[in-house]
Amino acid sequence: MIADAVIEAHGLTKTYGSAVAVDHISFSVGRGEIFGLLGPNGAGKTTTILMMLGLTEISEGDVRVLGFNPAREPLSVKRRVGYLPDTVGFYDNLTAADNLRYTARLIGFRAMEREKRIAAALDRVGLAEFADKRVDTFSRGMRQRLGLAEIVMKGAQIAILDEPTSGLDPHATAELLGIIRGFKTEGVSVLLSSHLLERVQSVCDRVALFHAGRIALMGSVPDLGRQVLGGGYVVDIEADGVGLPERLALIPGVSGVEKTGIGKLRLHADRDVRPEAAAEVVAMQGRLKYLGVQEPSLEAIYTRYFEAKPEQGAQERTRHAA
Amino acid sequence: MQREGSAFSGLGVVMLKELSDHLTSIRMRVLEWLVVLIALAALYGAIQQIKDTTAEDPFLFLRLFTTSRDPLPSFVSFLSFLVPLMAIGLGFDAVNGEHNRRTLSRILSQPIYRDALLFGKFLAGLVTLAISLIALWLLVVGLGLLLIGIPPGAEEIARSFVFLLVTIVYAGVWLALALLFSVVFRSAATAALITLGLWLLVTFIWPVLSGALAQIFIPPDPRYTALGLQTPATAQLEQILARFSPSTLYAEIVVALLDPTTRALGPIYLSQLQGAVLGAPLPFGESVLIAWPQMVGMIATAIVLFVIGYVIFQRQEVRA
Repeated sequence: MIADAVIEAHGLTKTYGSAVAVDHISFSVGRGEIFGLLGPNGAGKTTTILMMLGLTEISEGDVRVLGFNPAREPLSVKRRVGYLPDTVGFYDNLTAADNLRYTARLIGFRAMEREKRIAAALDRVGLAEFADKRVDTFSRGMRQRLGLAEIVMKGAQIAILDEPTSGLDPHATAELLGIIRGFKTEGVSVLLSSHLLERVQSVCDRVALFHAGRIALMGSVPDLGRQVLGGGYVVDIEADGVGLPERLALIPGVSGVEKTGIGKLRLHADRDVRPEAAAEVVAMQGRLKYLGVQEPSLEAIYTRYFEAKPEQGAQERTRHAA
Repeated sequence: MQREGSAFSGLGVVMLKELSDHLTSIRMRVLEWLVVLIALAALYGAIQQIKDTTAEDPFLFLRLFTTSRDPLPSFVSFLSFLVPLMAIGLGFDAVNGEHNRRTLSRILSQPIYRDALLFGKFLAGLVTLAISLIALWLLVVGLGLLLIGIPPGAEEIARSFVFLLVTIVYAGVWLALALLFSVVFRSAATAALITLGLWLLVTFIWPVLSGALAQIFIPPDPRYTALGLQTPATAQLEQILARFSPSTLYAEIVVALLDPTTRALGPIYLSQLQGAVLGAPLPFGESVLIAWPQMVGMIATAIVLFVIGYVIFQRQEVRA
């Protein structure tokens, strides 16, 4: 476990009657870390988040947020943690600044400090010029950014973001992820949940892959790649040439050559063999059309992991449905 | 286990925000105009009637509230069905509205308890209703002064003031009910329809139904029927059943307060009337005493309804 942990969960469980939504999960998030809770909808991510905020009862297990128990000391937790719910809503009849003013009053900031914080927060997320516009004119991306402004204004030490990028266009997503990276540089820990694996892969330091209420895999993306996809590199080649597979197999370090299509080959190797493979094709007078090494992607890790363990997955689904 | 911090932190903030929402909403504007216009109509009818018929009445001023002239009902009967409508109109989307706007989880992730949110909403609704009702009361009293030209006595003012307080409590009952259904039902339309349905049931159907039910449980004695009288036991049961409706309680309190000659709010035996000077007004304190159980009952109803809503809200999932 991490030494300087801001969130620590041990055997956290949530049951609804006999249905298990979250099944004995344990994880910890370090200070200034961006931690991703990833997995399909209904895997238990939101329930986990609500338990950390004390907004739903914990059936079993224990979670500490900044050393506080959210079930017993919800106010201490909620004072220090900012939360952006899935599809966040604001009061449409109020302006952006008025919406933040209401939250600031609930937190208990004094008038002077309130205005200063609101102005700074709106500026930070790029909504300064919309401060006095009513929220009903806002796009979805602007609402999400206003939600982040609320977290900035609160001066939260932890930002918990539930599906922050869902339903956003690529441009808005990039902007949002930029703000989230900014949190990290200020030492704010970020815990974000998403079912869009590719989009958040780039910002997360570590991820936990949820499956049917359990954390199936946890670690940094490259680590998980090595762990699940096997060590080594996968190099894809598209080239003509008689006897090319045999020649490529002789390259030192290549453990296998696989034919993936007409003129398409896939090399498994313990190092990056792209230079040697290119040299071989050229030496054979072949035409090299494509040469690339696969980066471990979360999508691939996720798919591979659950392909490899279909029985376990099936069992978990049964239990989840029971 | 003691909870950390105060359940009421944030209460004032929520209340002020909700209050400003209410006072600026179009819904409230419509309700206010409806109430004012109807009050004026009822008042006009009452004053015409009073000018036509009354020779001498020690409580002329109270007649303003209770006198009706066809086809308009009296001011009090107008209020008794407008007040629930106003309260329901303010409360039916209090909590499910936050759900549907997806603001609930964001607000509850701030350092406040759910208590503050629900209680703040209730108080804001009640204050809004109280402001409208006080304004309305002043309007009636002022117009009465101008149009009748007879200043009200201290007792009349006291009686009509207690009537005002009771009306606010009555509004609180319906507000608590509307709030309860806004917690239970996710759809605001469903909550509004069910609250209105329940209001129709207890106000218009229940009084009839309680008579029928009483006759089923305690069939009338033919000896009383032959004399054209109600069987005492049946009448008593009917009244007990009818009093489950807050509308009945309100009507009984209003009668006791605004008609000083009222001596009892139920069936009484002739023996109990021995020595009474029929038609003589009771002092103010005695009138309040007669209606005291009803008042307590109404306050209790409001509290019980609010508590049920509170308990359900505490246990509810906040996720959308």
